[in-house]
Amino acid sequence: MREPAITVELAKEHGLSSEEFDKIHDILGRAPTYTELGIFSVMWSEHCSYKSSRVHLGGLPTSGPRVIQGPGENAGVIDIGDGQAIVFKMESHNHPSFIEPFQGAATGVGGILRDVFTMGARPIAVLDSLRFGRPDHPKTRHLLTGVVAGIAGYGNAFGVPTVGGEIAFDESYDGNILVNAMAVGLCRADKIFLGKAAGVGNPVLYFGAKTGRDGIHGATMASAEFDESSEKKRPTVQVGDPFTEKLLLEACLELMGSDCLVGIQDMGAAGLTSSSVEMAARAGNGIELELGAVPRRETGMTGYELMLSESQERMLAVVTAGREQEALDIFAKWDLDAAVIGRVTDTGRVVIKDQGQVLADMPAGPLAEGLRYQRPFRRPANLEARWALDLDTLPQPDLTTSLSALVGSPNIASREWVFRQYDHMVRVGTVLRPGAADAAVVRILDGAADPAEAKGVAMATDCNSRFCWLDPYEGARLAVAECYRNLSTVGAEPLATTDCLNFGSPEQPEEGMWQLVEAIRGLGDACRTLATPIVSGNVSLYNETDGRSIKPTPTVGMVGLLPRAADAVGQAFPADVTLALLGPLGGDDPARDLGGSEYLATVHRLVTGRPPELNLAREAATGAACRELVRSHLVVAAHDCSEGGLAVAVTEGCISGEHLIGAEIDLDLGGRRPDIVLFGEAPSRIVIALPAAKIAAARAVAQRHGAAFTVIGRTGGHSLRIQAGTVTLVDAPIAELAYAHRTSLAKLLGEA
Amino acid sequence: MNAAVIRFPGSNCDDDALHVLGRVVGVPAKFAWHKDASLGDATLVVIPGGFSYGDYLRAGAMAAHSPIMAAVKAFAERGGPVLAICNGFQIACEAGLLPGVLTRNASLRFVCRDVHLVVEGRPTPFTSGIPAGRILRMPVAHAEGRYVHPDLPSLEASGQIIFRYVDASGSHSDLGANPNGSSANIAGICNAAGNVVGLMPHPERAAEPILSPVGLADGRSLFESARAHLDGVQRRVG
Repeated sequence: MREPAITVELAKEHGLSSEEFDKIHDILGRAPTYTELGIFSVMWSEHCSYKSSRVHLGGLPTSGPRVIQGPGENAGVIDIGDGQAIVFKMESHNHPSFIEPFQGAATGVGGILRDVFTMGARPIAVLDSLRFGRPDHPKTRHLLTGVVAGIAGYGNAFGVPTVGGEIAFDESYDGNILVNAMAVGLCRADKIFLGKAAGVGNPVLYFGAKTGRDGIHGATMASAEFDESSEKKRPTVQVGDPFTEKLLLEACLELMGSDCLVGIQDMGAAGLTSSSVEMAARAGNGIELELGAVPRRETGMTGYELMLSESQERMLAVVTAGREQEALDIFAKWDLDAAVIGRVTDTGRVVIKDQGQVLADMPAGPLAEGLRYQRPFRRPANLEARWALDLDTLPQPDLTTSLSALVGSPNIASREWVFRQYDHMVRVGTVLRPGAADAAVVRILDGAADPAEAKGVAMATDCNSRFCWLDPYEGARLAVAECYRNLSTVGAEPLATTDCLNFGSPEQPEEGMWQLVEAIRGLGDACRTLATPIVSGNVSLYNETDGRSIKPTPTVGMVGLLPRAADAVGQAFPADVTLALLGPLGGDDPARDLGGSEYLATVHRLVTGRPPELNLAREAATGAACRELVRSHLVVAAHDCSEGGLAVAVTEGCISGEHLIGAEIDLDLGGRRPDIVLFGEAPSRIVIALPAAKIAAARAVAQRHGAAFTVIGRTGGHSLRIQAGTVTLVDAPIAELAYAHRTSLAKLLGEA
Repeated sequence: MNAAVIRFPGSNCDDDALHVLGRVVGVPAKFAWHKDASLGDATLVVIPGGFSYGDYLRAGAMAAHSPIMAAVKAFAERGGPVLAICNGFQIACEAGLLPGVLTRNASLRFVCRDVHLVVEGRPTPFTSGIPAGRILRMPVAHAEGRYVHPDLPSLEASGQIIFRYVDASGSHSDLGANPNGSSANIAGICNAAGNVVGLMPHPERAAEPILSPVGLADGRSLFESARAHLDGVQRRVG
């Protein structure tokens, strides 16, 4: 094939600016070859290089006593004691999932699983944080059903339980959905593998699936906005094969059990290019590849295509010289293609040859280091206008009708239609299933003397993009706080965080860039104060279509630890127990409790107000009290107040169990509007269920931690009745509320 | 007694079956690799769930022709007890160890949830210790679990229908009780000799109270029954 002439226009077609093109000249001291131009373009894409976000990410807290590996590797690693470690990360697959929802979501799951088992960990759980456009948008049904089927198709076959996550709908995602997948794995703390091409002279091995032409320039696509031509980008979406991924997992773990493995990295975005360049750069070495040996499934592939292909289920490994055959034997056992395709050198350069002909010869350092931009940002002039919420003119509708509308609203309704399609029980570890609690809990069988006494890992994801749109700093802090609270409700100690920062264009100072900077600041502050360092993450920018940006969505994933998994409690209230509120009845400024709330959006069709105020000390107190109450078996259920506030939390507790149960609640409004008390979304609040005989002991625990404790009612009967003294605020048969909650999503999808 | 858990490259409930046999029920168990042609000294065989060879063609169709399945067939012909769970059930049907075939769920979607089963039919090594009519709760997780057989009356007459989907009260009439549209609510069957049992639900996921929302461990009784059978004792386990 004749290669095109290297011009600035060609560079622009590759997504490079003329300044970036000049910089490549400076680095090489000459014009790049066609292959080099392709390699630079993907390595310097926003997706691979984090060029707009990197200067801000540096301010995040990334270390702590539990942290074994922070950001910069394939995934983060934390110590969970007993010589064991948890490896986890969240990553976006937004652009491909919008173009081809099934394969986009499937390969998103595949990619994050590889990131985790590349480090030496067997995946034990997956969570997915999904965002779709308006429920009645013509594309939403197709996108939602496709994404769910893709996640199910990949995770179920691979054999990892999909245990949690969240789904939200908002019109800002109409043209740009979000698919953020988080994988969690378990390994020995002293057997962690890094992506380093160490040891000059060591062979570089390719193994896994064959290379085809799929996904060429996927990373570049993921770094651009969408427009009406985006549908034509379908060929840049890769196709997943969970069976090969499973073989890859088993082969990797077997290879890691031998002592011949030096370094390993999966071929994710930018495939062979990023894996080889990053492995060389991390070790301060060079790497020389001979592409002639690369297993391929199509004929006539050029070096350019081989280097940029994003074919899935492929790995690059460096093994000790002379021990290639041991590794090749393991790959043969698992029926995987494999070949020695290169060698580690001491030149610090990445040299790519095809049949001996040099196609590229570039310094690894500057390629991997990428670019760093100080992009301008400023607070939007109209921000205060978004906060305008006049309570005097806000009508007070019928509260029972409002509660019914809320529990059946797309953002709150039961996710059962979705999680039934996910195998959430494989690997016999799932102690709390999806929908049963605010966080998933998976027990750790390895090393447990008694399987019934095993420790547990708890996981949750969260982000409220309305809060983030109204105030990205506060919204990001609230997302961290909710994850922290979710873990505390099941009794788990929050340990560490991963994030997936989904934003619009960083070239927009007031929207994309300012929101990104503010959200990172909020994440940092909250994670620092709550001692949940960020050990891994991903940034996805340019989430916009035809110039319309998504609401900022810094998705937070958190992992916590339970000394005994069997201690965990779910959110379902049993009959004839006392209900109490742990934490305050509301925030200090009642109006802010409604800011950005689901109640305002669903009942009043308003997205306005300042998001609720978060007091991190109060959040920590509520969390610590709840954890102790759960672990000391004083409570039988716990459920946090989030979307829909206290009334929705109580309703969900009443309808989450095997049998529906009513409740009688009596609230002291303290002079507040009843709708604010019922539906306000002030953080740091957990509804707990406990036997009446344990009220005094529970109150003492709460007081010791500095958390407010208020008995609010009792379960029983067939209705949910909420009183304020003699005034009845809500009175509804619990079966009606349960029906609205359970059937809403299926109806929305035209399936009920 | 010794159990062999068959391990295809895409098996993903293999570890779970080994765990339950070894650590919950206390039966020594090891894996038998799909490329091997021998089951060693196994006296019990479990074909676990998963996606044997990816199952892109038809679930279990390729696995049925693997070297280890020849050994499993010989073992079954000698009367050895075989428990085929989920994908194992699909493989056993494809291999001719069990009659009938498992097709796509009526919903055309994967389904993962707890179901209730009623134990019936002729005695088998896996159910002889469980009183007939006992209702067991355990999870299903499959996309191709709709059992089809050309001659259901004869299957029924020979007592080969071992498990049927029912609701919690034992009624067959509730449409919601059958998760996949299976003929005659069939969840599990046995071969004519009774020593090979296949079922779509996962007893190994229901063998420990910690995994159940209601603290049950009904799946354990199938393994306990097999152990009692191999020990040559009559013992009620359910």
